[in-house]
Amino acid sequence: MFAVETEALSRIYKIKKTRKEPAHTLVALDNVNLTVNQGELFGLLGPNGAGKTTLIKVLTTLLAPSSGVARVNGLDVARQPEDIRRQINMVSGGETSGYGLLTVRENLWMFTQFYGIPSKQANARIMELLKIVGLEDRANTKSSNLSTGLRQKMNIVRGFMTDPTVLFLDEPTLGLDVGAARDVRRFVRQWVNEDRRRTLLLTTHYMVEAEEMCDRVAIINQGKILACDTPQRLKASLSTEGVFSIQVSALDEVDFEDLKQIAGLRQGTLKQIEGGAQLELVLADDSVLASLINFLTAKGSQITTLHKREATLEDVFISLVGKSMKDVENGSPD
Amino acid sequence: MALQTKITRNSGFRLFLQSVIGRAYPRIIGTQRDLAWLFFDIFLPFISMVAYVFIYRALKAPEEYIGFVVLGSAMTAYWLNILWAMSSQLYWEKETGNLALYVISPASMMAILFGMASGGLFATTVRALFILIIGNWLFQVSYTITSFWALFLVFILTMVALYGLGMMLSSLFLLFNREAWHTANLLQAPVMLFSGFYFPVKVFNFWIAAAASLIPLTLGMDAIRQLVFPSGALLGFLTVKVELIVLAVLSVVFLAGAYFTLRWMEKLAIRYGRITDRLG
Repeated sequence: MFAVETEALSRIYKIKKTRKEPAHTLVALDNVNLTVNQGELFGLLGPNGAGKTTLIKVLTTLLAPSSGVARVNGLDVARQPEDIRRQINMVSGGETSGYGLLTVRENLWMFTQFYGIPSKQANARIMELLKIVGLEDRANTKSSNLSTGLRQKMNIVRGFMTDPTVLFLDEPTLGLDVGAARDVRRFVRQWVNEDRRRTLLLTTHYMVEAEEMCDRVAIINQGKILACDTPQRLKASLSTEGVFSIQVSALDEVDFEDLKQIAGLRQGTLKQIEGGAQLELVLADDSVLASLINFLTAKGSQITTLHKREATLEDVFISLVGKSMKDVENGSPD
Repeated sequence: MALQTKITRNSGFRLFLQSVIGRAYPRIIGTQRDLAWLFFDIFLPFISMVAYVFIYRALKAPEEYIGFVVLGSAMTAYWLNILWAMSSQLYWEKETGNLALYVISPASMMAILFGMASGGLFATTVRALFILIIGNWLFQVSYTITSFWALFLVFILTMVALYGLGMMLSSLFLLFNREAWHTANLLQAPVMLFSGFYFPVKVFNFWIAAAASLIPLTLGMDAIRQLVFPSGALLGFLTVKVELIVLAVLSVVFLAGAYFTLRWMEKLAIRYGRITDRLG
């Protein structure tokens, strides 16, 4: 049995901006087929608006699928939502749940009551978890007085407090400083390692986070799963190709479009930097470099640095989508 | 990092009860923590109460009318609580992200609503008692209670029906999203007029008073006046017995209505994605 399983799962939103205007459709999930094994820390990697949160909403029974099937621990989200709710929990990045006038401990206690945990056990568990995440001294602080990072730690504790068998973390480190994000990642990894019956599905748009934490990663864009494997294998898929970082004295967008026509240049991004431009290119093999250098020379652009590097998940994303995750989020043209 | 504290989970009625207490807690504790209510919920209604008292005194109305005003002012707190803290609550819970967490928990949404209602009832009763005590002390209102148990029953049934109405409205308000705010505004003043917060509802013709009786406070206040003021029975719209029966019927109708609208709302909200609005 899989912890999470989807078959041809689609979710379509009908959106109406005004009452008079006819509704237009937005495909948030498009024929998604996915399996997550029990005991796995699984990452969904994609830009904002890719469909990650929609998938989490469907799996946590907050949103009905438009078509297809989604199961959590073998239970159908559409037919057995109450059974699923006993086994799951969810934490979202930047969430402002709870009540500001309650203390951290009171907020956490309140949520344990919705899971039927006796107060004595709940209070002991709360203090234990607060100690682990370093929030013990804030137990009696009103949650409205917490910083974003501390508040997110409280949310993380809320998610783990009920011993879910499947935990959904939607951008858990969003808005956290480097130290707090590191603490959260370490805690999450330890929690999964501790008991192989626990499964964690994490969405993120931070490549490093996915690479560092996840057993397997699915890359999602425009509601479609483009690739799904271990981070190592996804990166290895680019090993026959060459990933190059090249700094040049100057190169504009128009010339870059011409450059992309070079035979053997798989994908590439251009970023203007101080004193020139930065190219990140995926080449079919090293021999393509000769054509590339000829092209740049013809355009009067000098190469200041060039190095071949190991592929990252960002490169995998670029090779699949054709542009960087940032460019997708900024809506830059294809 | 292995967790030392083992946890067990209750289900069935114990889970239901825990959920009610859990959700009632913020409202009960809020009475102690956020003292702004002393100004907004005591002082401001107190000013309008004083204005009505002076109007009645200027008109040389019977002294019992002063009692009507004090009682009406105390009951106003419940109506405002229903509109602003009960009906629109699920909408605000959605905005803060709490609603999604309630839905994905094993707790029933009916238990969550009961929790909101009981917490709100407790907090509002504290406010209403403050107004009643200050009003009585300031204007020397005298009461003659003809039947304590009938009074107790009227109050309980009024509150059950009223908070049942609030629970029902909270589901409807969630579906209507932003319009909820306008609806609450729209309901506030007319109901305060037609429910007879400061005067006997008998002054209206029968059909207006009957229509106003759909708001449980109308009959509740009418019956309470009949039970605590000597002239109350003469000014009563219906007999206390009939009003008790109607309030019992309204209690059943509104609680059943709350249950079914909640189920309907949950179904629609999950189908159309209205529990959380963020797309991702």
